[in-house]
Amino acid sequence: MSHIQRFPSAAKAASTNPLKMSQPLGAALAYLGVDRCLPLFHGSQGCTAFGLVLLVRHFREAIPLQTTAMDQVSTILGGYDNLEQAIRTIVERNKPAMIGVATTGVTETKGEDMGGQYTLFRQRNPDMAGTALVFANTPDFAGGFEDGFATAVTAMVERLVEPSPVRIPTQVNVLAGSHLSPGDVEELRDIIEGFGLSPIMLPDLSLSMSGRQPTDFTATSLGGVTVDQIRAMGASAATIVVGEHMRVAGNALELKTDVPSHFFSRLTGLEASDKLIRLLMELSGKPAPARLRRQREALVDAMLDGHFFFSRKRIAVALEPDLLYAVTGFLADMGAEVVAAVSPTQSPVLERLKAATIMVGDHSDLETLARDADLIVSNSHGRQGAARIGVPLHRMGLPMFDRLGAGLRVQVGYRGTRELLCEIGNLFLAREMDHESHDHGESHGCGGGSCGCNAV
Amino acid sequence: MLQDKIQDVFNEPGCATNQAKSAKEKKKGCTKSLKPGAAAGGCAYDGAMIVLQPIADAAHLVHGPIACLGNAWDNRGTRSSGSQLYRTGFTTDLSELDVIGGGEKKLYRAIKEIVQQYDPPAVFVYQTCVPAMTGDDIAAVCKFATQKLGKPVIPVDAPGFVGSKNLGNKLAGEALLDHVIGTVEPDYTTPTDVCIIGEYNLAGELWLVKPLLDEIGIRLLSCISGDGRYNEVAQAHRARVTMMVCSQALVNVGRKMQERYGIPYFEGSFYGVSDMSDTLRTMARMLVERGADKALIDRAEGVIAREESRVWRRLEPYKPRFEGKRVLLFTGGVKSWSMVSALEGAGLTILGTSTKKSTKEDKERIRKMKGEEFHQWDDLKPRDIYKMLADDQADIMMSGGRSQFISLKAKVPWLDINQERHHAYAGYDGIVNLCEEIDKTLSNPIWGQVRQPAPWESGPSSTLLAAE
Repeated sequence: MSHIQRFPSAAKAASTNPLKMSQPLGAALAYLGVDRCLPLFHGSQGCTAFGLVLLVRHFREAIPLQTTAMDQVSTILGGYDNLEQAIRTIVERNKPAMIGVATTGVTETKGEDMGGQYTLFRQRNPDMAGTALVFANTPDFAGGFEDGFATAVTAMVERLVEPSPVRIPTQVNVLAGSHLSPGDVEELRDIIEGFGLSPIMLPDLSLSMSGRQPTDFTATSLGGVTVDQIRAMGASAATIVVGEHMRVAGNALELKTDVPSHFFSRLTGLEASDKLIRLLMELSGKPAPARLRRQREALVDAMLDGHFFFSRKRIAVALEPDLLYAVTGFLADMGAEVVAAVSPTQSPVLERLKAATIMVGDHSDLETLARDADLIVSNSHGRQGAARIGVPLHRMGLPMFDRLGAGLRVQVGYRGTRELLCEIGNLFLAREMDHESHDHGESHGCGGGSCGCNAV
Repeated sequence: MLQDKIQDVFNEPGCATNQAKSAKEKKKGCTKSLKPGAAAGGCAYDGAMIVLQPIADAAHLVHGPIACLGNAWDNRGTRSSGSQLYRTGFTTDLSELDVIGGGEKKLYRAIKEIVQQYDPPAVFVYQTCVPAMTGDDIAAVCKFATQKLGKPVIPVDAPGFVGSKNLGNKLAGEALLDHVIGTVEPDYTTPTDVCIIGEYNLAGELWLVKPLLDEIGIRLLSCISGDGRYNEVAQAHRARVTMMVCSQALVNVGRKMQERYGIPYFEGSFYGVSDMSDTLRTMARMLVERGADKALIDRAEGVIAREESRVWRRLEPYKPRFEGKRVLLFTGGVKSWSMVSALEGAGLTILGTSTKKSTKEDKERIRKMKGEEFHQWDDLKPRDIYKMLADDQADIMMSGGRSQFISLKAKVPWLDINQERHHAYAGYDGIVNLCEEIDKTLSNPIWGQVRQPAPWESGPSSTLLAAE
């Protein structure tokens, strides 16, 4: 799919300050949301080392990630031996509940047959039957981070989920896309549990990447959805699918289990959140809890107080496709003008973006498109370009290595939307409150004193 | 061709470890075969980038799929006093079609775009695994581009799967020897011109050393490659003396510069007081041996005497604070033992150090310095380190970022002494910086708080009266 160019990309040969990250990295993150899992890259050891460093810098957590350590000879002769040895070593040393394998550019260029290798491994290693194994094809030279995450989730659904003869009416599945932070997943759990429902999140980063304090050293992920829970997803009453890139996994789950799925393109914004709450009321047959009602009022109030600062603001956004959709959608909801939306890869969700310019590109493209913008929203890699053109940067997405608590930020539901609104709104407000540049000319958008100034 | 290069760097007469091997062992090379499922560390391409990327005014273009640069750019603390071009990440971002049809044309177009848009003095092109497999000939493309564009375009043939970071360091050194060093003549030379190899100016460390060289009257002609400029690196062959900082990584460069240009080299270190003084002393002596004015030695001794008395005076206040504090030191080869004596001079007790990357010689030196009971761990598992820390066997761990969470999750103070660190620890001022950082973290009040049990963990105390 990725070779169908739906949106223009810059006609240049050198990608400059890349926005894109690789598929295996996305797959690794998805696997990290499974309890006692060890993700394994089938490739050269450098593939693992770079991915590891990036995730460590973002989450400020130990990241379990291993490698089949392919060298020149095994690359040419075939990697099965390395794969088998790696899995056996990991099981013997670390006793994980699951090993999630992601291929890389090296093994995909050679064209390793992963389906065949799975079967062969199981035949040759009956003593390892107790360890769940999931393989995902994630070549570095196609797609990107989000695609890799989606491929790994689909692979887990296809390999592990079992159809169930019974339905547990209070159990719901959530396929949580890569654009949801561990904090978002936690927020979703709170919201769903508030209706007396028990969610199974796949993957569940809120349990593994949220700053756990272990009582012993573990070389596997600590917390996350368990393999048994994944197997039991077939007994749920419904599946909530969050993000366009989760759609394939959602379809696979529905096909396999007949659990009806409900698709949400985003959960940031008032109407988007309303849609989720309405579904949860329906599924549970219960009214919305008082806490959510108060949160909705607070969001409506924040929109009323805050819209002054968003109206017609020119904002350039560069993020992974589904997060790009959620953020630009929210900004448009608030009356801001998205002057440029830059995505690292092609995705069907780009068709639904509301932005003056939409392109597949990198941070240097963003730098060009954002010259007249009031704000840039992107990951930490955007900071060099933002500084060069003198436009403030609001950090979102991954990697975010120059801020604390990157993993636990919340931007879904009423409360998360309000937090995002206030964070971005405060950037504009701070500029307007800066009386050095407070001349009440045409550019001042406080609407006559709403920002606390004495404008007439 | 690449295989010949690899055999060549493995057969390194300047390397003590290699010299101790039998002919058969030598042929096998020095890459430890990595164990699938239990390996850690970077690849050869990673190692090549570490050596060359600090050349700040050059463009660094990675020929490969997105993983090699997209996951990895903008993640090192090497600093530049001028051009920031090295911080811009360039990649050909190879797609499926490039894998099938070959990426050579795209590579040439990318080089051309970079030259036209940024006009750097040179472009370094890094080979990676995928185009190495599909057979993209980056040497030919670079040669063509050099002729066509009139700029040096240097192929760095170190795809990840040929070996470790250390091998990549050496292959990058070979690229400099083959294509860069000796291609530019300096405007003028002096009898005190030196070249420093293996110093990357992490957190600006070179800037703690350079003022002392200036004061003594030693000219830093060329640094490979911290705060480096392409033309300065290309002039390295006119140095009178070469200093090798991280001896294992680039020993091939020092030795071959001696072979080709007759420049003597020595191994030195900027870490720790006595090592720093030895380095300045050796540098001055060797320059004088090669014809520099004898007064250089006196000036060096003057600076050493002043700096040493100053640094010990500045470390004095830490002594009572550090008394009885035990340090676990985990880092690569040379740095470990360079720092030991200085830290002990400040009153710390060093329990032991890792010697995973140290040579036999290094280990012998540590044994002589510290005696038999001093621990030298070759391969300590993370779980064992965690246990030592959790059992209160040390007060602080100093290591690279990879093991930081072993220490922090055990709720034991930790200090970054590797490449991602934010503070400069080289030279005399650096050791004071290091002690200040140790003191800051040791005396931080959080440690007492975070070790408290949670309310639901504590025993049956007077819970009803828990409020203040």
